[in-house]
Amino acid sequence: MNTAIAKYHTDLLRQMVRIRKFEEICVELYSATKIRGFLHLYVGEEAVAVGVLNGLTADDAVVSTYREHGHALARGLSMQSVMAEMFGRTSGCSRGRGGSMHLFDVKRRFYGGNAIVGGGLPLAVGIGLADRLRDSVRVTACFFGDGAVAEGEFHECMNLAALWKLPVLFCCENNRYAMGTALARAQAQTDLALRASSYGMPAWAVDGMDVVAVEEATRRAVETIRGGAGPCFLELRTYRFRAHSMYDSDRYRDKAEIARWKERDPIDALIRRMQTAGELTDDALKALHREVDDELQRAVAAADAGPLEPAGDLTRFVYAEQS
Amino acid sequence: MTTYREALREGIRDAMRRDDRVFLMGEDVGAYGGCFGVSLGLLEEFGPDRIRDTPLSESAFVGAGIGAAMAGMRPIVEIMTVNFSLLALDQILNNAATLRHMSGGQVGVPLVIRMTTGAGRQLAAQHSHSLEGWFAHIPGLRIVAPATLEDARGMLWTALLDPDPVLLFENGALYPMAGDLAADAGPVDIDHAAVRRPGTDMTLVTYGGSLGKCLDAAGQLAAEGVSAEVIDLRTLRPLDDTTFVESVRRTHRAVVVDEGWRTGSLSAEVSARITEQAFEDLDAPVERVCSAEVPMPYAKHLEDAALPQPAGIVAAARKVVNGGG
Repeated sequence: MNTAIAKYHTDLLRQMVRIRKFEEICVELYSATKIRGFLHLYVGEEAVAVGVLNGLTADDAVVSTYREHGHALARGLSMQSVMAEMFGRTSGCSRGRGGSMHLFDVKRRFYGGNAIVGGGLPLAVGIGLADRLRDSVRVTACFFGDGAVAEGEFHECMNLAALWKLPVLFCCENNRYAMGTALARAQAQTDLALRASSYGMPAWAVDGMDVVAVEEATRRAVETIRGGAGPCFLELRTYRFRAHSMYDSDRYRDKAEIARWKERDPIDALIRRMQTAGELTDDALKALHREVDDELQRAVAAADAGPLEPAGDLTRFVYAEQS
Repeated sequence: MTTYREALREGIRDAMRRDDRVFLMGEDVGAYGGCFGVSLGLLEEFGPDRIRDTPLSESAFVGAGIGAAMAGMRPIVEIMTVNFSLLALDQILNNAATLRHMSGGQVGVPLVIRMTTGAGRQLAAQHSHSLEGWFAHIPGLRIVAPATLEDARGMLWTALLDPDPVLLFENGALYPMAGDLAADAGPVDIDHAAVRRPGTDMTLVTYGGSLGKCLDAAGQLAAEGVSAEVIDLRTLRPLDDTTFVESVRRTHRAVVVDEGWRTGSLSAEVSARITEQAFEDLDAPVERVCSAEVPMPYAKHLEDAALPQPAGIVAAARKVVNGGG
């Protein structure tokens, strides 16, 4: 056993387990009406967030979607600040004004969850443009789903980023459904990497259930971008195990399909891989779960006890405040 | 003599020289020199990185301006006409106007979007509308409308210093307007409305392309012995209601002139604020002169008939002064 690799795998596993358990407790908290609004869970897609964000540096920027708890946690936002946001508390990362779909942490260059499908793509292009105008080597990673590929903004942004050779990593989380519409029911060409490559940028399809493969692809793409070649595109082929949101009764997928994908659970796959290589004992796995459970309990307790933003501050943050 | 077009260009040139974070992007702003000639010569002076031609992709390049502003730049984004801004409305409303609030104050968008608005050039229904009132509906934005050479020259720099998104509406009919502009004309206040002509008998409240028509009307009214005060709103959001309400308290009568459609318009907002704040001072109901409720027609006589004109403004003024006729 190579201890460096074992440590690396353990870290990836811990990050994925943190996201999985966070999402699972959100279901309970939603049922308990502690969390309201739309809640889009990331269960099944953990390898994408963890793989991509491990391939970036703290200096790179991230633009996210409304299904962004996983991105936020993998980016280093604390469970407590994310959970407090979902509870609508002042202690939340957006002071209770964003909720589940709008998590922000500018200090970590995490430019938020965007709830308009495709709405974050132009922002990422603009952050990339700012970096390019300053000759920076920073990269902006932009997450979006397969549904966004149908939006005009997708095509406008692919073209603009490639035309201006902007340092943007387009991360298309292809979970095969735009809400309830299967990719093939909405797209004439379902090979999304092929479509991106038609704009003249390097584009790869990646197994989004394999965290190591995602991280490797990300590193390769980021290296290409930092070399000045312009944008790259990753089609991350993944699957969400749960419905689109808590309001979705999931009538559009058959159970056998879901079961088939669950056999490829990215967390189980990594555990099997580590066990085969002798990198993970049962005790270590139990300890890891315990550690994450503790962190989660503390986060929920802190969120629940967190203060509410005073209603008197309702109209703050519409315009800049005088310093 | 300077034109409105040249005054705007000087404003851009000045901003580019003052701050290397400033750049201009939009359709045809570079090689072509701007659809209306505003940016003519700037590409040669500042180069293609800072005078940046974009594809016909309003949503992408307006959104890219928002992203660049979030990341510390000071972009000026030009949209050819307000009608095309509708292709970027998602970015303007859902991102530029809301990011600060949704992020709990973390994300600022110090961006200026310039666009042409208004009718009067026989460009028909897809190039002639006055939609600035729609944008003035949106919290998180600041909306300004230069109606004079001084404001065309000076509003841009003040707008660029604003930490929030500012939309600058240039009335297309004003581009050739010429006059004297002081050599040292510089940044102007964008917080306050201006009294463009003092008067005592009634108040005309207007902005942008209708200012000249109101001043014409005020001249005609003076010949009839009616002293009209003309107020130029200048900033449509936030509205400086202090200036026009204070004027109406003195004159006791008001006509609001707005090139937008009457229903749900900025003129409705101004009228409502006068009623809310100065009802007891009014000697007559507030009158409004707006565009006819039709898509703007092409034929000149129809376009003229659709737009507010001095004769209609004079008639409305007579009505509030004389109680009719």
